[in-house]
Amino acid sequence: MSLSRRHFLILLPAAAVAWESVLAGTPESSPNYRMSDHWWGMLIDIPKCIGCGNCVRACQAENDVPDGHFRTWVERYHVDDWNMTNPEVISPDGGKEGFPSVNDDPNGKYFFVPKLCNHCADSPCTQVCPVGATFISPDGVVLIDQTYCLGCAYCVQACPYGCRYIHPQKHVADKCTLCYHRITRGLTTACAENCPTGARQLIDLKNPNDPIHAFLKTHSVQVLKPQMATGAKVYYNDLDGAVR
Amino acid sequence: MKFLKDAGHLFRFAGLFVLAFLIFLVVRGYVVPKTFGEYGHYRGATIVEIAARPVKYAGHQVCENCHTDVVAAKNLGQHAHVNCEACHGPLANHANDPASVTPALPDTAVLCARCHTASAAKPKNFSQVDPADHSGGVPCQTCHNPHNPTPGADPATGAMPPAATAGTHAAPDPKTAGGAK
Amino acid sequence: MTGVEGYMYPNEITLYWSVLIVLYPYITGLVAGAFILASLERVFRVEAVKPTYRLALLTALAFLIDAPLPLQLHLGHPERSPEMYFTPHATSAMAMFGYVYLWYLMAVLVFEIWLDYRREIVVRSQQTKGLLRLIYKIMTLGSSNISPRSLHIDEKVGWVVTLVGIPSAFLLHGYVGFIFGSIKANPWWSSPLMPVVFIFSAMVSGVAAVLLLYMALTGLRKHTIDMRCVDTIAMYMFYIFIIDFSLEMLDLIHRVYEADESFRSLDFMVHTKLYFSQIVIQIFIGTLVPLVLLFITQVWKHALNDIVRKRIYVLCGSLILISVFAMRWNVVIGGQLFSKSFLGYTTYKLELATREGLLAAIGLTILPFLFLWVLIKLLPPWSDESAQAVASQTRRVAVVPGD
Repeated sequence: MSLSRRHFLILLPAAAVAWESVLAGTPESSPNYRMSDHWWGMLIDIPKCIGCGNCVRACQAENDVPDGHFRTWVERYHVDDWNMTNPEVISPDGGKEGFPSVNDDPNGKYFFVPKLCNHCADSPCTQVCPVGATFISPDGVVLIDQTYCLGCAYCVQACPYGCRYIHPQKHVADKCTLCYHRITRGLTTACAENCPTGARQLIDLKNPNDPIHAFLKTHSVQVLKPQMATGAKVYYNDLDGAVR
Repeated sequence: MKFLKDAGHLFRFAGLFVLAFLIFLVVRGYVVPKTFGEYGHYRGATIVEIAARPVKYAGHQVCENCHTDVVAAKNLGQHAHVNCEACHGPLANHANDPASVTPALPDTAVLCARCHTASAAKPKNFSQVDPADHSGGVPCQTCHNPHNPTPGADPATGAMPPAATAGTHAAPDPKTAGGAK
Repeated sequence: MTGVEGYMYPNEITLYWSVLIVLYPYITGLVAGAFILASLERVFRVEAVKPTYRLALLTALAFLIDAPLPLQLHLGHPERSPEMYFTPHATSAMAMFGYVYLWYLMAVLVFEIWLDYRREIVVRSQQTKGLLRLIYKIMTLGSSNISPRSLHIDEKVGWVVTLVGIPSAFLLHGYVGFIFGSIKANPWWSSPLMPVVFIFSAMVSGVAAVLLLYMALTGLRKHTIDMRCVDTIAMYMFYIFIIDFSLEMLDLIHRVYEADESFRSLDFMVHTKLYFSQIVIQIFIGTLVPLVLLFITQVWKHALNDIVRKRIYVLCGSLILISVFAMRWNVVIGGQLFSKSFLGYTTYKLELATREGLLAAIGLTILPFLFLWVLIKLLPPWSDESAQAVASQTRRVAVVPGD
């Protein structure tokens, strides 16, 4: 994005200052961002999700995600009272255009589960990368160096959550960056910014003032597939046991 | 010495190995990126590159600096926490250049229905209606101001009505209106 | 939604490891197996298999040269593959491939073949002319010392190299099994038995390949097949196959009995999408049939005449090669057909003329035989021909003592 001084003059002075800090450079050069001060994750508040697909569309627009591949997607679960462990799940086009309406089921329940990279602290995908093209950044985000990736797809196989894919044009691994280019500029992720109900919230576990700490004290929070012991940092509030 | 003479060909083979290894080390010195290993087993500069990618959604803080009237209307109703670009789309370019880049007005028929179409999968306390039943094809903004959709609020400005006229909105059918407030 | 049943995570619908990744462990397995057969003669002094010793080494080399090619073709960015050597990631099984491969190629196979052929290389560098002479000259590395003492040293060193080569062959192929077995995200792969099963199936397939090559090439040269040799190879093949089959059945029974969270999903897959390649091809036609036939040749060896035994060996060898290929297929492709949500299945469509298609796979299967043909031309593995060459050299030395 090219930005000239002239454009700032049109904005109110206060806006110019805020927007300038948003655009302020890089973790290294930015006086406002130190990697060692952060440990990023996300909170998904399942009871708030309405399955509108705003997050999926926002992610695609923000990150140029190729059609048919998803950095984030939304699943709709239908759990039958008589068959708790075998839910019926759909995610038409990743939930990008929302979900078909359903009538109330007296013998079961419906709910939505947004998914994205869990930015695992003990990440199985970075473990298997043969060359060091994917890694956990010092602030806890799993990133990919797309100029270094071989495109071997070993990381795609190693992710228990199906969060990675091979970019059909770039031929390298691709996935959620937790909008690293936004969060290092003081913004929230594109999905959280555009979630109309606040079901997705960026969290910084190293920030003592982050509301997540108070939230965790009073809510039942779980990660996906805890048996995988990946140190996942996407926390789900009120996660049903049928979700996998 | 005689042993060394008769094993001489083995040293030639070993010499090839050593030579290849030395060439490898030299090439490696040139090829490995300079910032590799700066923070861990990866190219440190890639963090800077990823962080430098352009932003498409400016973020509501930027919008709110200028559009204070909309913020005021939004704060009155249920959409207080719905951020601007959730409906208006990515507008970083507009924030960069408000004069020449102007956003298109969203189509409320699609936009409102996406969230508010009734479905048993949605949380019970979320306002949801069957669009056809609810308005019979009348556009949503005829009755609701999108920034403050509270029934009775001024559809044009979103301003709250005086308490006496709060009941002018056609009473929604409790069945189709779901949890509408 | 193409070929999806039930629910797949949306990024799982495409399979990223294609038939080329099936081919890669298959070819690596043939290398390891052929080398183990060679080491039978060298280290374990099984004299009966001597006629196949050199052929086994050359076969291993030909397939080893071919082994990284399917990987290269499969990479999104093949030009970046040297990064595996320059910045190998210590926690990645795949990163070790480059080093294990180079170690095995150069320090074990090429060195052992060079030591074993050195006398003939030197002799041929003096007898041949033109380009061939230059090639042999380069191969001598400038040393024409073939004194009895130097050859004795070669013999001793060669023995040590073979000794080191056995664990190296296990390492080469065990690590291939580890690539799959260490993926905790995938219950079809995740098993500590995986490297062991890979090693034993590799040994069986490599031994079968050399057996078939020996019989075919001996026939082409219009020589008689050494029955003591093929009987012995078939015996080893039988025993190794029993171990391999037992391990695979142990893995299967364990999975069925434990029936963990993934079982319903995997069981359904084996009964539908993998039924033909796993149950019919791999287990029934490819394993049980050759095991029964080989059992018959072991028990009633003398009741069957040579021709019948040869035909049985050819049939069993071919079935074993198909079975082991099917096993690799079922592991690699099967491991990607089901969703890690255990709620659905996708379909693998084998393309024809693409970079990772059927034609590429066939080409990469034929290629090692071309390598082998060149190697056999340069370094004939037949004892009769090499004996002739050395004999003529000895005569020449006798006639012209000062040469």
